[in-house]
Amino acid sequence: MTLLSVENLSVEFATNDGMVQAVDGINFSLDKGQSLAIVGESGSGKSQTVFSLMGLLADNGRASGRAVLDGQDILNLPSAKLNKIRAERMAMIFQDPMTSLNPYMRVSDQMAEVLVHHRGMSKRDAIARSIALLDAVRIPEAAKRVHMFPHEFSGGMRQRVMIAMALLCEPDLLIADEPTTALDVTVQEQIMELLASLQKDMNMAMILITHDLGVVAGSCQDMLVLYGGQVMEQGPTTDLFANPSHPYTRGLLQAIPRLDQDMDALHAIPGSPPNMMNMPQGCPFSPRCNYVTDKCHTHRPKIDRDASGRLRACHVAQGDLT
Amino acid sequence: MLNLILRRIAVAIPTLLILTIVTFYLMHAAPGGPFTSEKPLPPQVLANIEAKYGLNDPLWKQMVNYIGGIVTEFDFGPSFKYKDRTVNDIIAQGLPVTLVYGTLSFIFAVVLGVSLGVIAAVNQNSRFDYLAVGFTMFAQVLPNFVMGPILILIFTLWLGWLPGGGWNGGHWQNVIMPVIALGTSYMASIARLTRSSMLEILRSNFIRTARAKGIPERTIIWRHALKPAMLPVISYLAPVFVFMITGSFIIDMVFSTGGLGYFFINSAYNRDYAVMMGITLLLGSLTIFFNMIVDIIYGWIDPQIRY
Repeated sequence: MTLLSVENLSVEFATNDGMVQAVDGINFSLDKGQSLAIVGESGSGKSQTVFSLMGLLADNGRASGRAVLDGQDILNLPSAKLNKIRAERMAMIFQDPMTSLNPYMRVSDQMAEVLVHHRGMSKRDAIARSIALLDAVRIPEAAKRVHMFPHEFSGGMRQRVMIAMALLCEPDLLIADEPTTALDVTVQEQIMELLASLQKDMNMAMILITHDLGVVAGSCQDMLVLYGGQVMEQGPTTDLFANPSHPYTRGLLQAIPRLDQDMDALHAIPGSPPNMMNMPQGCPFSPRCNYVTDKCHTHRPKIDRDASGRLRACHVAQGDLT
Repeated sequence: MLNLILRRIAVAIPTLLILTIVTFYLMHAAPGGPFTSEKPLPPQVLANIEAKYGLNDPLWKQMVNYIGGIVTEFDFGPSFKYKDRTVNDIIAQGLPVTLVYGTLSFIFAVVLGVSLGVIAAVNQNSRFDYLAVGFTMFAQVLPNFVMGPILILIFTLWLGWLPGGGWNGGHWQNVIMPVIALGTSYMASIARLTRSSMLEILRSNFIRTARAKGIPERTIIWRHALKPAMLPVISYLAPVFVFMITGSFIIDMVFSTGGLGYFFINSAYNRDYAVMMGITLLLGSLTIFFNMIVDIIYGWIDPQIRY
């Protein structure tokens, strides 16, 4: 059953130098309990995509298109209506747990206010429920630690607090914006395992934003590759990993360091992501692409659906990629 | 907490001692003395008077006597200008006046300044915000020696609502104009400081988290944003409060309120050494005390600060 359906979503920012298109016409849908990864380099529009869903765009940002959550278009809702959906239906955890928790408030107050506001619980019950969730994200001595301040937790523990706080109202959709980027490698895996198991237990849908493809492989059925705010390739994760059909996806997969192969140097995609103020006229990836043709510089490739149901935007035929 | 207070008191004693020594020497380095006048006194008379007040002793001895008097008897000496009155008498007369209009001025500046700053920040780039920014810029640069006479012109001469001066035991009609004249530019500074600090907090990640939790914006501002936004404002408030309660010479002159500010500046003109020293020490002690209060408030707001 479809939980969220996003159609032709675009995000634009009005700046002093004109309009900047951060996200350009992306589509996806998400079933209950299913998970989708949005991958791409920094500045590819991943975060802005989900910020627009949560109504968290900066003041100069504007979203267009549709994002239907359980029959209701949630894009550009007034904040009073949005506040009934936030935390209740969809919740979000952020990149940097060091700054995303309020350093001036006790964890108990930050968690309890969600339940007091959305569920009308008493403060006492809300704290009891918060402790239960801190237990669920495996924070030791939760009953004692709930009364501490964020700076008294380590980075990984803070991210666990963030996750517990997002799950207080048992949302249908959890959005995780690079939840492990700011953490130690050893902690990253624990957090991802925790997220995956909670997602299964609570039958939540999840949108996971990351640039770590290793994380995607283990945890998401579907995957959407963004570049310059546009979809490059989109489809089931296993297909895309086994047989990447877009030069950019190939580049990303080759960039993963592998221990089982002898490598002289790490693979990298030459060049850097495009400047949003000055996007290439044709395919946004054309300046960095190994398979580039003349047409790529002038015409934007249309998104085509191939026989296996995968979407790709590339002028070069799949068979011609070697 | 107790630790902090004890440590501050331990630091305060040498600080005040240094303040005393520096002020004492600077004061005596200025030419002239309390009994210098246009019609010079006969040398014999001058010598007698100076002997009476101990002014012919070497400077270090005068200072030791002075500090000794404070430590043993809390005696800040006699005034050289106002016969038969001690420095303690003068402070006891002037401080209650400035304490009243200074405290009220402070409350006026903080309440109005913080509200204006918060409302402007929350409605950034709205018409109210532009109006607030424009008004505070104007109010900030308007000196109180201009503000005072303008108020008198409007409320005394044109409208006839308020008396143009005097203290009258602190009657509200006499208090209102000094309060506004003294407080307005501070109110504007506080508003601007609050606005910029609030804007910065509202852009921070933890406010974004609070919004993602679906909590009403009003709650976010009151519960999440206000406390941290006040941190830079509070450190600005300590010296402002001390300055306000010890009075302003300009306010005391323009409104004839007879507060401490008047005595302080006149003591400098008259080389009334003891009064100048006494008020300087009072200012110094209050500054140290209120800086300590600020540190305590900081520790209460920001749990990451532990003393």
